[in-house]
Amino acid sequence: MHTPAALLLELGLILTALSVLGGVARRLSLSPIPLYLLAGLAVGEGGVAPVPAAGEFVETGAAIGVVLLLLTLGLQFSLPEFTAGLRQHMPSAVVDLVLNAAPGAVTGWLLGFDGLGILALAGATYVSSSGIIARLLADLRRLGNRETPAILSVLVMEDIVMAAYLPLLAVLAAGGPWWQALLGTVAAVGAVLAAFTASYRWGHHLGRLLSHPDAEQLLLRVLGLTLIVAALAEVVHASAAVGAFLVGLSLTGETADRARAVLSPLRDLFAAIFFLGIGLSVDPEELVPFLPAACGLAAVTAVTKVVTGRYAASRDRVGRRGQLRAGTALIARGEFSLVIIGLVGTMHGGLAPLVTAYVFVLAVVGPLLTHLAGALPRGPDRAAAETVRPPHP
Amino acid sequence: MDVTEVLLPGVGLRYEFTNHEGERIAVVAERTGDFELVVYTGRDPDESRPVVRFNSEEADAVAEILGAPRIAERFADLTKEVPGLLAAQVEVRSASPYAGEPLGRTRARTRTGASIVAIVRGEDVIAPPMPDEVLQAGDVLVVIGTREGIADVDEIIQG
Repeated sequence: MHTPAALLLELGLILTALSVLGGVARRLSLSPIPLYLLAGLAVGEGGVAPVPAAGEFVETGAAIGVVLLLLTLGLQFSLPEFTAGLRQHMPSAVVDLVLNAAPGAVTGWLLGFDGLGILALAGATYVSSSGIIARLLADLRRLGNRETPAILSVLVMEDIVMAAYLPLLAVLAAGGPWWQALLGTVAAVGAVLAAFTASYRWGHHLGRLLSHPDAEQLLLRVLGLTLIVAALAEVVHASAAVGAFLVGLSLTGETADRARAVLSPLRDLFAAIFFLGIGLSVDPEELVPFLPAACGLAAVTAVTKVVTGRYAASRDRVGRRGQLRAGTALIARGEFSLVIIGLVGTMHGGLAPLVTAYVFVLAVVGPLLTHLAGALPRGPDRAAAETVRPPHP
Repeated sequence: MDVTEVLLPGVGLRYEFTNHEGERIAVVAERTGDFELVVYTGRDPDESRPVVRFNSEEADAVAEILGAPRIAERFADLTKEVPGLLAAQVEVRSASPYAGEPLGRTRARTRTGASIVAIVRGEDVIAPPMPDEVLQAGDVLVVIGTREGIADVDEIIQG
């Protein structure tokens, strides 16, 4: 066996650089995603430190990264949580969708994108980063806060919208006549529903089939099944990501918990490579002309997310400071906006650089803003909040 | 005491309650097995102040500290009303001949006259335990009986 020394060296240097960047970001309690994107830009074509040998590996790794991101998203989904969220926060989900997809759609139209480009950009501005935000809430020790269930409910609702949206986008991106797109979407949504039903009727069977006391066995089984389903989904143009999400959904209970635990280091590694790959696929020179548009879009959709968060928190009768914390927490966009770009691919000139810059801005600004919102002085609001709020049950 | 359970989708559960001093307290139980204890200081009624975090092992230990003596205490209160009757805790060590054996096989009551009225296992309390309940190393048995009876049960269990 020939050991490709150049590949190993480049990969080692990349991972070391990522760990340094990630460490810096964590210290500032920021998400490392923007720094990973920057690293990708730096090592890509036209960047400062190109890595010719590792390029192919990063491409493969990025594909696995998407699969693992969606698999773990599916794994942490639970129907009772979703239905409880739906009961309380259905209006919040509608507000979220309308307020945050519209700016993306309008911008896409103004920039002269076609239907698919507009749909992709709308999705990218709509979906908050559940990865960044969940981590952020834990880091800022806000899990005990009253507004936190509202934030998490909105995120769960977004995830389930993604389950219908991603296959639609994937089928449309694959091209073909309208009826094929329609058929593909129906098939994909049908598959999501089937996976749901299956997981809550026979999920324990699948779980028993895959579960094994040995962590290594569990890892190999779950990963093997996921990659097979993802490949099949890709073959029928429904996107590997959607296939992985379905596998995640159909695993429940203890198997899901254990699978998540054994998969998470792998997910972290390949997700980092995915973010790097997105940066890698964008030419820095292409990015510059889109910076003003990205910043403008970021500013608008930061405001719309704040409105969304405040509305959702007010439904839980949270006071004004808590509403602001909820709104600012939701600003961060991240992995899913980038997954959308990965799906639509580079065939849309401008979309990838625009969204990369957009995610970069919001993944940095979002956590910072919510940090600040939490540090706001407890002003006169305190008296108002205490008189308005009925005592908690 | 009313405990309100709040779902934290994707994260876990939060249990909220108010103690006798009027302090609002919550325990966040994360899916990872970690726990966080928070209090609401009242200046911002929605903002929690984190107090401590426990990993699952520490949480088990705390639960045992808070839980086991209270069970024994409750039985101790009961025994106060009957002179000569005592309550005590007997731990099943891993070296015990009855670790992994059903409770009935100890024939404790027949042999000593003392009763095993509860088994405290981690966070769970099995009360009253059935004879076919299999004892595990680390179980704490709550025993009621005379001083000699309890000593005999201890001897039987420790082997």
